[in-house]
Amino acid sequence: MHSHAVKRAPREHVEKHNHPGLAPAARPIVALVGNPNVGKSLVFNYLSGMYVDVSNYPGTTIEFTQGRYKEFDVFDTPGVYGIGSFSDEENVTREIVLQADAVLNVVDAVHIERDLFLTMQLIDMGKKVSVLLNFMDEVEALGLQVDAELLSQTLGVPVFRTTATKRRGFDRLDEAIEQARRGRQDAALHHKLHAMLAAVGSEAEALLVLEGNETIAARHAVASGTEREAIAIDRRNRVNRIIDVVLIEHEGRARLSATIGHWAINPWSGVPMLVAALYLIYLFVGRLVAQDLVKFTEVKLGQELWEPWVRGLVAPYIVPSSWLGTLLVGEFGIATMTVTYLLFLLLPLVVAFYAALALMEDSGYLPRLATLVDRALNAVGLNGGAVIPLILGFGCVTMATITTRMLGSEREKRIAVAILQFAVPCSAQLAVVAALLSGAGFAAMTIYSITIFATFVALGTVLERVLGGETTPLLIDLPPMRLPRLDNVIRKTAYRSYYFMKEASSWFFLGALGVGVMQITGLLDVWQDLLAPVTTGWLQLPRAASRAFVMGMVRRDFGAAGLYQLPLSAPQIVVALVTITLFTPCIASVMVMVKERGLKEAAIVWSGTWIVAFIVAGLLSQLLI
Amino acid sequence: MILLDKYMAAGRGVLPLDSAAKGSRLLIVEIPPGRSRMQLIRLGILEGEAVRVIERMPGGTVVIEKNRREIAIGAVLARTLLVAPIRFDHA
Repeated sequence: MHSHAVKRAPREHVEKHNHPGLAPAARPIVALVGNPNVGKSLVFNYLSGMYVDVSNYPGTTIEFTQGRYKEFDVFDTPGVYGIGSFSDEENVTREIVLQADAVLNVVDAVHIERDLFLTMQLIDMGKKVSVLLNFMDEVEALGLQVDAELLSQTLGVPVFRTTATKRRGFDRLDEAIEQARRGRQDAALHHKLHAMLAAVGSEAEALLVLEGNETIAARHAVASGTEREAIAIDRRNRVNRIIDVVLIEHEGRARLSATIGHWAINPWSGVPMLVAALYLIYLFVGRLVAQDLVKFTEVKLGQELWEPWVRGLVAPYIVPSSWLGTLLVGEFGIATMTVTYLLFLLLPLVVAFYAALALMEDSGYLPRLATLVDRALNAVGLNGGAVIPLILGFGCVTMATITTRMLGSEREKRIAVAILQFAVPCSAQLAVVAALLSGAGFAAMTIYSITIFATFVALGTVLERVLGGETTPLLIDLPPMRLPRLDNVIRKTAYRSYYFMKEASSWFFLGALGVGVMQITGLLDVWQDLLAPVTTGWLQLPRAASRAFVMGMVRRDFGAAGLYQLPLSAPQIVVALVTITLFTPCIASVMVMVKERGLKEAAIVWSGTWIVAFIVAGLLSQLLI
Repeated sequence: MILLDKYMAAGRGVLPLDSAAKGSRLLIVEIPPGRSRMQLIRLGILEGEAVRVIERMPGGTVVIEKNRREIAIGAVLARTLLVAPIRFDHA
């Protein structure tokens, strides 16, 4: 099949327009493209082995993975239902597809009617395509039959049957790449493409312009087409006609997984399931990792092994009490506290949280959870999709703040970031809060929880009203419930943890450096003195509590930990904990917020947390103490 | 749309998706223009297609099923989609 061999296509038009992200390479590019949850990553992992590169696509916040297989560069793309410009995911997938020399289109054979829409679009774009008909085992189990030969003839591209979870059919992936070819384009569309071709250079881009893709139209300075919907409906009808002949349905059998899936979205069974899931996460992340494992890593590895070692290392050269010594190896030193914090406290937590998230994602539970809580989140101006950053926030607010990128609109990102920064206590802090509260009794615990929750709801409701605009409606295709594959969960967790540490570490260092400078220059004491009257007068707490509040800026749990040493009554504990929960998150989360949301918005949120914290806690103090 | 006319003639009203009962079979009658419309077309939810409501949450978030696929539609969007119930005893 050498006539179809995939070679590097001439790239003049590509280079001329300088697509962001992909360096011009001599190696042919193979792109794995498909709807979400169709098993692309399994194919990608198989092809690329361990040596992959995860990075952010330039100009976007979407991560994609790139690897090498034989003479090819292989790209895994974000799952999309069509090639367009509706979201950042689509933008990334579109750019990779435009540059690809061959496309391996992974299709979920069970949901072929949905997936072929994208397949047809790829074919209409004139790309060289091979279709991997995945989940063939499930097709058989469901009593369905898909005629792969007929599908291949109708589409005009080769079709390979695979079961990615069992690596069945993967021995033919070489053939799939080699034999990828242009399929049967819609005749009328093809005709129109050619009129456009001279202006934009490639059929693929010509099609996107015809489909009204403004990004591509602007890139080539042509008017974008007005037939987006007509083309889409026509394509949908072509797909339906193909499905009529290639898909044979025998009797449908209900699967256990489908039943579990229905339980998850039924309010009566779904809410208990959610509580159970959250409890399991709490046991795993909150107990096992945050308490037992971190106790070991932070104290034994960090404070007893690493910190003395690094102090000993710099001692011959730098006087520890000098300003440089303080910055490097002092109480908040960037080589001591920050390293311990990042590697021995944050990293285990982040890994645990990402693992829990990957399990929920790969099992298909997460989108159902989003469905279940959708209406409730509407009340605070978010949709069900925001459940991910909110859950992550209980792990690490910094991590969650980065995740708000995936939300549908600026308005939602703004609300979610504000809620995270104000009212979601991270795990480092929760541990201390829980310890202090359990000593203060059940009433204290209840008052604390109600106050924080009420602030959460009030803040969301106010922002919802003030910001105006409309919440993006929830619209998600629920993937079937499946047993997650361990290797995929591990990979995902590793990528994301690595990526988070890479992105966030510098902010933690910078934050520690900032506080170190404040300590040396005496600004820290000034700040504490400034807060003291408010602390003693309005909050009715000991003067020393203001030190705990300021420490809370470095690390939220420091703030809480500082309260351990103070002789506080139960009401005072509640007031102090409400204050440190509501006000300023740790300095790294502020830095990330500045990066994500801009300086102005971050400054408003940051000062807002101080104001709200002192007002709410003060009112509580007047009531309780 | 002939099918639809028949149901209308039979006195079956058109209602927003969020008011449809759980378990009912529906004909999609109207999807308002906008960003979600294109996404729905890609997913195969067009005017004239038949779907089934498999869950309706308090508050109006709806999950519909079409050919073994389940699609969750938020309350805000479900309110704007017009559907007509299909009753088999009339078919």
